[in-house]
Amino acid sequence: MDFKGSEPVVGPRSEDALPETATAAVKVVVVGGFGVGKTTLVGSVSEIRPLTTEETMTQAGVGVDDTVGVERKSATTVAMDFGRISLNDELVLYLFGTPGQQRFWFLWNGLFDGALGAVVLVDTRRLEVSFDVIGRLEERGVPFLVAINSFPDAPRHPIEELRTALDLPAGVPIVECDARDRASSRDALIALMRYLHSLAASREVS
Amino acid sequence: MRGGDEEWDEGTPERLYVITGGRSAPTENSSLDLVTLIVAKSGPTPGMQPEHAAILRMCHSPLSVAEVSAYLHLPVSVVTVLIDDLLSTGRVLARAPVAAAQLPDPALIEAVIHGLQRL
Repeated sequence: MDFKGSEPVVGPRSEDALPETATAAVKVVVVGGFGVGKTTLVGSVSEIRPLTTEETMTQAGVGVDDTVGVERKSATTVAMDFGRISLNDELVLYLFGTPGQQRFWFLWNGLFDGALGAVVLVDTRRLEVSFDVIGRLEERGVPFLVAINSFPDAPRHPIEELRTALDLPAGVPIVECDARDRASSRDALIALMRYLHSLAASREVS
Repeated sequence: MRGGDEEWDEGTPERLYVITGGRSAPTENSSLDLVTLIVAKSGPTPGMQPEHAAILRMCHSPLSVAEVSAYLHLPVSVVTVLIDDLLSTGRVLARAPVAAAQLPDPALIEAVIHGLQRL
């Protein structure tokens, strides 16, 4: 049976443990359609191998409660990948890659509450999937930038053309990004932070 | 032979119901965020529910709620219930995330930029 030491050890590998001094965490959400490269981006900047957290959506959760008889409850599992960057001894950044469909967002209560901001990862071959995401972030007042993941066979558009196509307000930055590349993904995050900094500064002035 | 029983699927609502003793996630009352860092104040004690014990073991150094969920292969909503149990009995500490939604502090943003530049 279950004697001491026979239980599997679950938890981070010792090299993935945070220092005792880690006292505060911030989060950034990477939003985009299926296959746009969210997990790739998270993985290329994360100091740990990306982890997956899952949330189950039961039938009750989607508003169906007329299940008759003894049928087994069906559950849909929705996964979200995330990574981590230790910014200094105290401060840790978590990056969550979340599906673009807003109906999944509520599964992780408070995903956007307290988030510094969001990166909307866009595939120029499928611009239309980004419209809804951008609209929802605007509604929620989450500051974001748009990162164009440069797929080799994707059509190239001038940035201003994309701004018009995506109906983006003038201030929202658009950057190009190769999600596979650590430096390129890091630069997209830094661009988001500079944008947030300018927003905070302009608010202080007004 | 296992009769007509279905396999015990790890992710079924039934199993999750058992782990939390039938409680659903106190999402409104819980102060826990995905990135709240959890630190154990002590190790597990005999007779403790295995999931509680596992959380205490893995949180000997700080770990976010999201990471606890990933390592335990349990939904955040379930892990939140379990961590709230441990908080109420004083077995773990929670280090609240930096709230930034409406007014990010420029100094905080600068710290993030400096950290990213070192990557």
